[in-house]
Amino acid sequence: MSVKLVYFAWVRERIGKGSEEIDLPEGVTTVGELIAHLSTLGEEYEAAFAVPQVIRAAIDEEHADHDEAIGAAREIALFPPMTGG
Amino acid sequence: MTAPHRPTGEASAHPAASVTVRIQAEDFDIAHETGLLTQGRADVGAVASFTGLCRDEGGRLSSLELEHYPGMAERAIRVIADQAVSRFGLTGIVAIHRYGKIAPGANIVFVAAAAPHRQAAFDGAAFLMDFLKTDAPFWKKEHLKEGGSGEWVSAKDADDAAKARWDETIKPQ
Repeated sequence: MSVKLVYFAWVRERIGKGSEEIDLPEGVTTVGELIAHLSTLGEEYEAAFAVPQVIRAAIDEEHADHDEAIGAAREIALFPPMTGG
Repeated sequence: MTAPHRPTGEASAHPAASVTVRIQAEDFDIAHETGLLTQGRADVGAVASFTGLCRDEGGRLSSLELEHYPGMAERAIRVIADQAVSRFGLTGIVAIHRYGKIAPGANIVFVAAAAPHRQAAFDGAAFLMDFLKTDAPFWKKEHLKEGGSGEWVSAKDADDAAKARWDETIKPQ
């Protein structure tokens, strides 16, 4: 299954792009597993996800925990803790 | 974008609460935005507002750059605004958040809550801000006076604590 990933703030800067389309490998079914998979894709991903527990996620624009199932998500966002306001 | 809002179970004798959420690059006019909450209605007895501005952090910063997740930013704030309306019985709420480069002294965010009585208005505005800080997808990056960009602003534990206080102590009127 192919899914669009979007990155923000220092996650985006470390990876070097704002979005990409990826094919989910077999066995990647949750947000946490996706982050672990991305960490293996190269130095820039390793840097972005060095401390996975700080990474926040959203599935189709709704906040999602790391144990949440990806299901039929169209867009998954990965980003640092939010600092608006 | 403004949408009528009526919490389920609310008596229909009162006009619907107005919920306005906007994400924009340009500045806003506080008097105008506040006026929208009271215009044409006679059931509002209190309006409480909050304006967040860009600090220069002791002369260090030339600007803050606000990055956001378009779509989700508005959606996330609207969820919080709807909760505030239901929880505190607000007659209306406005939330405006800017993005892009913002100079010290300029506005970043504006929240105003209207209600029949003051406590609900104060609580509604504070509740929205506390949840917005931790749940709305915005990120601040520092740009330095001496040139170049500095750090991404870190999330504060104090912000999580501010949000958590709404779990227990404060109940709707």
